[in-house]
Amino acid sequence: MTVETSTAAMIKASEVNKFFGDLHVLKDINFEVPRGQVVVVLGPSGSGKSTLCRAINRLEPVNSGVIHVDGKELPKEGKALAALRADVGMVFQSFNLFAHKTIVDNVMLAPLKVRKQKKPEARESAMQLLERVGIADQSEKYPAQLSGGQQQRAAIARALAMRPKVMMFDEPTSALDPEMVQEVLDVMTNLAKEGMTMFVVTHEMGFARRAAHRVMFMADGEIVEDTTPDDFFTNPKSDRAKDFLSKILTH
Amino acid sequence: MVDDLAFLFDKYNVVAAFWVTVQLAVLSAIGSLIWGTALAAMRVSPVPIMRGFAAVYINAVRNTPLTVILVGSSLGLWQTLGVTLAGERATEVNFRLAILGLVAYTSCFVCESLRSGINTVHVGQAEAARALGLNFGQVLGRIVLPQAFRSVIGPLASVLIALTKNTTIAAAISVAEAAALMKTMVENEAHLLFLVTVIFAFGFVFLTLPTGLILGWVSKKVAVKR
Ligand SMILES: Nc1ncnc2c1ncn2[C@@H]1O[C@H](COP(=O)(O)OP(=O)(O)OP(=O)(O)O)[C@@H](O)[C@H]1O
Ligand SMILES: [Mg+2]
Repeated sequence: MTVETSTAAMIKASEVNKFFGDLHVLKDINFEVPRGQVVVVLGPSGSGKSTLCRAINRLEPVNSGVIHVDGKELPKEGKALAALRADVGMVFQSFNLFAHKTIVDNVMLAPLKVRKQKKPEARESAMQLLERVGIADQSEKYPAQLSGGQQQRAAIARALAMRPKVMMFDEPTSALDPEMVQEVLDVMTNLAKEGMTMFVVTHEMGFARRAAHRVMFMADGEIVEDTTPDDFFTNPKSDRAKDFLSKILTH
Repeated sequence: MVDDLAFLFDKYNVVAAFWVTVQLAVLSAIGSLIWGTALAAMRVSPVPIMRGFAAVYINAVRNTPLTVILVGSSLGLWQTLGVTLAGERATEVNFRLAILGLVAYTSCFVCESLRSGINTVHVGQAEAARALGLNFGQVLGRIVLPQAFRSVIGPLASVLIALTKNTTIAAAISVAEAAALMKTMVENEAHLLFLVTVIFAFGFVFLTLPTGLILGWVSKKVAVKR
């Protein structure tokens, strides 16, 4: 391991293993994501995609191996870990907007409490972000009053408000009604175009083809294929990837 | 009947006694909410010592009769250890010790209500907060507890109503609250037993009913939509 590679990579996982009891969920995971790259992670249910995603900001601690984010090893706990998480944006399948706060307060909370921004400043950038994801007119509503697509866009704005170095998405559109999927993918595609480093677990093949630089295919806790989207979709090497593709492409 | 009533109110300062009850109830309620919230925070904290302390405290105090706690603080804390909580006269010391005992006891129930409220908050809420870089105190104080409180206002109202009625036990350490006066009146005015009972029953309903109604209304008002 040289210094250059670890400073160049935004995310670097080395020999990462994770168990849930006896279940070996992540098996010797190794990869690097360079700055500005958009990675789409694919794989059948239970293959460990969410666990990997959550391991990267230590929402799920791993049993062995090392994860670096922007050249820094993940801190175990405390202030340093919180500081790292502030730099890693996370978007969940179930949105997880704070139910008791308005949309704009959701977006402002962490800039105020973690980044210690002044209120007018935080509010202004929150409104700009909501504008950017197209829901500025919903800013004073509560999450439950918004559609799923709007909630997910608000959740993306909330993550972006911390000016993260990298954005993680764990199936951001799977909980949405079909007609709302595109509005969220559009926001993500724009983000990719702007050069954000993105790690996206999704089954949206259109997004993978259009916006991703790279596809990682996981099965049974292993990264089975790691290649360009084009190569993966037209020329899958492993049987498991072929099987997986035949199943989702017939949908 | 009206004459009897006038006679009783004339001879005894019923309002003053109920005023002591109100003070006991309100001050103990504030104390219990604060200490109960602190206990709930300890019970869910990542520090094992704090979790252990809170668990032992709650199991010990909750299962001790309130009378024992109050008499214990008067005899044990004050008479034996000399703890007076900066009170000078005996009435003052006992009043303060009564509040201490009521807070120590009621906070267990506040904590347990809150804990069940915490369980109703979706784990994703805390995860999202942690993922944004909020620390444990911020996650609890800004995200989890505000939602937990909103979902347990009903149960908390019951705890506060029970607290109001429990203030009567302070009579055991001669705090001159409503029940203490009732005892005196029953002894002196045996022929008006029924009326005396009605006065005090009504007094307590008068104190507790609004608590339930107001908190029920607040509960609807602040309910978190999911
Ligand atoms: N907290 C947990 N405790 C125990 N087992 C878990 C836990 N979380 C996940 N698992 C198990 O670990 C394995 C990997 O789960 P993970 O959620 O990472 O899969 P996934 O690839 O994201 O699947 P999906 O596409 O269904 O979201 C699964 O077998 C799952 O049942
Ligand atoms: Mg998953």
